[in-house]
Amino acid sequence: MPSFVRGHLYAVLAHVGFLVFWQLAVSIGKVPTYILPGPIDTFLALGEPSYNWLRHTWITALEIFGGYGIAVVVGVALAVLFVWIPALNAALMPLLITLNMVPKVAMAPLFIIWFSYGVFPNMLIAFTICFFPIVLTTYRGLVEVEPELLDLVKSLKGNRWQIFTKIQLPGSLPFLFSGMKVAAVLAVAGAVVGEFIASDSGLGYFLLVQQNALNTSAMMMALLLITGLGVLLYGTVAALEYVFVTRKGISP
Amino acid sequence: MTSPAAKQPFIRLEGVSKTYRFGGKEFLAVSDVTMDIEEGQLVALVGPSGCGKSTLLKVLAGLHNHDSGTVQIGNEVSPFTPGRDIGMVFQQALLLKWRTILDNILLPAEILGLPMAASRERARDLIEMVGIANFADAYPSQLSGGMQQRASIARSLVHDPKLILMDEPFGALDALTRERMNLELMRIWKESGKTILFVTHGIQEAVFLGSKVAVLTAGPARMAAHFDVNLPEPRTLSVKTSEQFGQYTKQIYALLGMD
Ligand SMILES: Nc1ncnc2c1ncn2[C@@H]1O[C@H](COP(=O)(O)OP(=O)(O)OP(=O)(O)O)[C@@H](O)[C@H]1O
Ligand SMILES: [Mg+2]
Repeated sequence: MPSFVRGHLYAVLAHVGFLVFWQLAVSIGKVPTYILPGPIDTFLALGEPSYNWLRHTWITALEIFGGYGIAVVVGVALAVLFVWIPALNAALMPLLITLNMVPKVAMAPLFIIWFSYGVFPNMLIAFTICFFPIVLTTYRGLVEVEPELLDLVKSLKGNRWQIFTKIQLPGSLPFLFSGMKVAAVLAVAGAVVGEFIASDSGLGYFLLVQQNALNTSAMMMALLLITGLGVLLYGTVAALEYVFVTRKGISP
Repeated sequence: MTSPAAKQPFIRLEGVSKTYRFGGKEFLAVSDVTMDIEEGQLVALVGPSGCGKSTLLKVLAGLHNHDSGTVQIGNEVSPFTPGRDIGMVFQQALLLKWRTILDNILLPAEILGLPMAASRERARDLIEMVGIANFADAYPSQLSGGMQQRASIARSLVHDPKLILMDEPFGALDALTRERMNLELMRIWKESGKTILFVTHGIQEAVFLGSKVAVLTAGPARMAAHFDVNLPEPRTLSVKTSEQFGQYTKQIYALLGMD
C-alpha cells in the first residue's frame, strides 16, 4: 500500500512540476502571451463566458465517446463473427488489413460530402480510425488459444460454445484492452481532425476560430480540455482493465 | 477375478495404426501398437522424441481417429464413457489465468455439466490431496510451475474419470521438483486407484512410476516391448539405486538401441 501511494504521489508531483515549470519558463523568459501563455493565463480563459466551453466540450466529447463506443461494439462483434465463421474471416480479414492502410483522416472530406458536417461525420471519423486496432487485437486474442487446451476441452466432449465462452472470450480480454487503449488515443485525434476540416462547434472548431483572433490562451485551454477528454477515456479503459485483467494477475 | 468378464482387460490395443494426412502427404505416426492395460495400472510409455507417443494418447482420448486396428476401452466390470471418463494432463499446466485455482480445477465439471455443489466439494478434497490447499483462491500466476502442475493433476481428477492420460507432465519442471512430483504422483495414483497412461522421455521416471512400461521405437511408433515392473513396494527414491531398477533401465536402453 505505501508503494502504491508513493507511485501515485510521484505521478501527481510530476504533473504539478510540469505546470510550475511551464509557468516559470513563461514568466522568467517574458514570453508574450500571444505566443505562449502560462498555465495561469490559460486557466483564466475558462472564465470568459462567450467562449461557450461547456457546449464545445460536450460536442467533442460526444464525437470521441460516441465514435469510440461504436468502434468497440462493432469491432468486438466483427471479431467474434470472424471466429465463428472462418469463411468470413478468410474473405474479409485481408480486405480489412488493406482498408487499414487508408489514411482515415484523409477520408474526412468525403464524409462531409456524404453526411454533411456536424457531430455525426466527426463521430464517424473517430470510429473509422479506432475501429481497426480493436477488431484486429480482439480477433487475435480470440484465436490465440493453446492447442492443447482445446484438446483438453475436446477430450471432455466440450462443444464450440463452451470453448468460446469459457476459454476464448475471457482469454481475449487482455488483447481487447490493449487494442482499446491504442484506440482511445486515436479516437481523440480523429474527432478533432474532423472538426478542423468542417464543423461549426466542438473544441477543434473553437481552436481554429481562436487561431484567427490570435487568442492563444483560449487555444491552449481548448487543447487542455481535449487532452482531458482523452485522459478521461484512457483512464476509464485502464480502470476497466485493472478490474478485469490486472487484478486477476492476467498479463497479455 | 473369476467372472469371465474380468478376463477382458480395461484397455485393449490391437494393431493400432495412425497416419497423418496433410497436403496430399501421408505420415505414419503410429504403427501396429498392441498392448493390454488392466484397470488401476500406471503404464509408462517411453520412446524417442517424435515417435508418436502423443499421437497414441490422442487416439485414446478420442481426439484422433486411428486408421486400423482396434482400440477398446472399458469392459463389463468397468464400462467407459468417452468424454466423461477421460482426464488429461499435459507438459504445460494450461491453467486459465483468469480463474482461481479452485475454479480451474472445476473446469471439466463445468464442461460435463456435473452438479456444481458436489464438484466443488470434490475439488476442495483434490486440492488438499495434491498439496496446494492454501492456494485454492489464488490465481495461477501466483503459483510455481510445480504447484501449477499439481493443480492440473487435480483438474484431471475432478470429474472422477476412469482413465488419466498424462503427456510428459513433469517435462517442464526442474530435476528436483520432478523427483518430488514423481513421489507425489505415486501417492496420488495409489490414493485414487485410477488407470494412468504416462508418457515420458525419462527412462528412470518410467521404471520408477510404471507398474508396467511400454517402449516405443523411433517413429513410426512400433511397440518394441512392454513388461510389468516388479519393484519392492512401497517405491521410495532408494529403489532407484537397487540392482533390479538398474536391470529394468538397461533393458529399456537396449530396446531403444542405446546400449
Ligand atoms: N497434427 C499432425 N499432423 C501431421 N503430423 C503430425 C501431427 N501431429 C504429429 N505429427 C507427426 O507425427 C509424429 C509423431 O508425433 P507425436 O507428437 O505423436 O510424437 P511424440 O512421440 O509425442 O514426440 P515428443 O516426445 O517429441 O512429444 C511426428 O513426426 C510429428 O511430426
Ligand atoms: Mg509428445
